[in-house]
Amino acid sequence: MKNKSLVSIDDYSKEDYLKIIDLAEEFEKNPVSDILKGKVISTLFFEPSTRTRLSFESAVNKLGGRIIGFTDAASSSVKKGESLKDTILTVANYSDLIVMRHPIEGSARYASEVSGVPVVNAGDGANQHPTQTLLDLYSIKKTQGTLENLNIFLVGDLKYGRTVHSLLMAMSMFNPTFNFISPKTLRIPDEYKIYLDSKGIKYYEHDDFTDYISEGDIMYMTRVQRERFADPIEYEKVKNSYILKNHMLEGTKDNLRILHPLPRVNEIDDEVDDNEKAYYFTQALNGVFTRQAIITSILGLK
Amino acid sequence: MSTENQVKKVSALRNGTVIDHISAKDLFNVISILKLDKIETQITFGTNLGSNKLGKKAIIKISEVFFKDEDINKIALVSPHAKLNRIKDFKVVEKREVEVPDTITGIVKCVNPKCITNNEKVRTKFTVIDKDNVSLKCHYCEKNTNHEDLIYNL
Repeated sequence: MKNKSLVSIDDYSKEDYLKIIDLAEEFEKNPVSDILKGKVISTLFFEPSTRTRLSFESAVNKLGGRIIGFTDAASSSVKKGESLKDTILTVANYSDLIVMRHPIEGSARYASEVSGVPVVNAGDGANQHPTQTLLDLYSIKKTQGTLENLNIFLVGDLKYGRTVHSLLMAMSMFNPTFNFISPKTLRIPDEYKIYLDSKGIKYYEHDDFTDYISEGDIMYMTRVQRERFADPIEYEKVKNSYILKNHMLEGTKDNLRILHPLPRVNEIDDEVDDNEKAYYFTQALNGVFTRQAIITSILGLK
Repeated sequence: MSTENQVKKVSALRNGTVIDHISAKDLFNVISILKLDKIETQITFGTNLGSNKLGKKAIIKISEVFFKDEDINKIALVSPHAKLNRIKDFKVVEKREVEVPDTITGIVKCVNPKCITNNEKVRTKFTVIDKDNVSLKCHYCEKNTNHEDLIYNL
C-alpha cells in the first residue's frame, strides 16, 4: 500500500482491508501521537463535504501532521479557470499526500495519474468513496468481532447509493448473506446481482421492512432522496416505508447494529438514537481511526 | 457478382492492404480511425457495394501500407466484421479478421456526462469487458459504455 493512491475500493485486496482494520484498531487505542510530524497533507475539497473533511483533518491533527487546502472550489484557483491537472501538479509540490473530494467522476483516478504524491479519494461524484467503505468495514468488524458469514440488510436507495455498492463489493469477500430493502424504482442494479450470483452469495430483495430483520447482524440505512424520483407522487407513496422506528427493532438479535453513512434526514427516527443498537455516530468516530490507518500506511509509516 | 470480381472492380493492388467487409455506413469512421487522410500513397475506396452479410459494404485498398495489429484492431469497434488482406505482388499473402482489443485508448467517448474525460482534457481509456457485444468500462469513472452508446471521438 506504500506510496499507492487509494482511489477505488478495488485498489485494495482482502489482505489490505484486514491490515487497515488492524491498524485502525491500534489507532483507536492510541489516537494521539507524533507519527505524522513534519508531514503536510493537502485536503482539496472541490465541493464541500464538512463531515468527511473534518474527519480527515482530525485524523491528521491528532497524529501531529499539518493540513493545507481549501474547502470548496469557490475559494481555489479553479474559479480562475485552472485545470484539475495544473492544480494537482502544483499542490503535489507542497504536500506529502493529497486528499481530494471532487464532483466529477473519475477525477480522483486522473489526479492519481498526474500527481507525484499519493492521492486518497474522498469522494468523486457518484463514483467512489473508499475511505467510507473501509470505515464501514471497521465498524462491522468492531461490532460483530468478525467480517465473515454475516447477515447484512441494506436499506433505502440501493440504486444510486455509492456507499452501498462499494460495501457490497467489499463485503462479498467475506461470505455474507444480503437482504435488500428498497422501493422498486431504487432496487440494487442488475450488475451487482450478477456479480453476487457469480460468487454464489445469497441475497433476497424486499419492498419494505419485513420480519426477516430479526435475523440481521447489520442494518445499513441510506437516504431515499426526493430528487431520485421522476414522479413526486411515487416519492410520497414510498417515503414513509423506509423509516426505521424503535418498535421495529423489537425481537431483533442482540448483536444487531444500525449503521448509516450520514447525514441522516428522517430515515432513522430520532428515538432510535438512544437504542443500544444504534451505531451511526460511533461509526463516524471510527472514520477518524480508519483514516489515520490509511494515511500512515500509504506514507509507509505503519 | 462474386466478391472477387467486386474487389477487382475497385482496381487491383500490387502491394498493400485491402480492408473488406466494412459496413458502408462506417466507412468514414474507419478512414478517420486509421488516419487514412494523412497517407500519401494511392488509396481507393468503394462503397455501397452489395453484400449478403452486411447489406451494403465498403472496401478500402491502401497501396504500400501495412498496418500494425494494434492499429487495425481499433477499427474492430466500428466494423467488427471487417477482414484484412495483405497483398504482395497481386497475391493475398495473409488474411485476417479484426479483433476487439483488451483496452481502448482515445477513439471512443465515455457515455457518462459527469466523467472527467468529458469535463477536462483527459484522453479516454477503457477496459473491454465484453468483446462480443463490445461493452467498455471507463478507466476513470468506472461506468460502462455499451455498443449502442458508442460515440467516436475522432
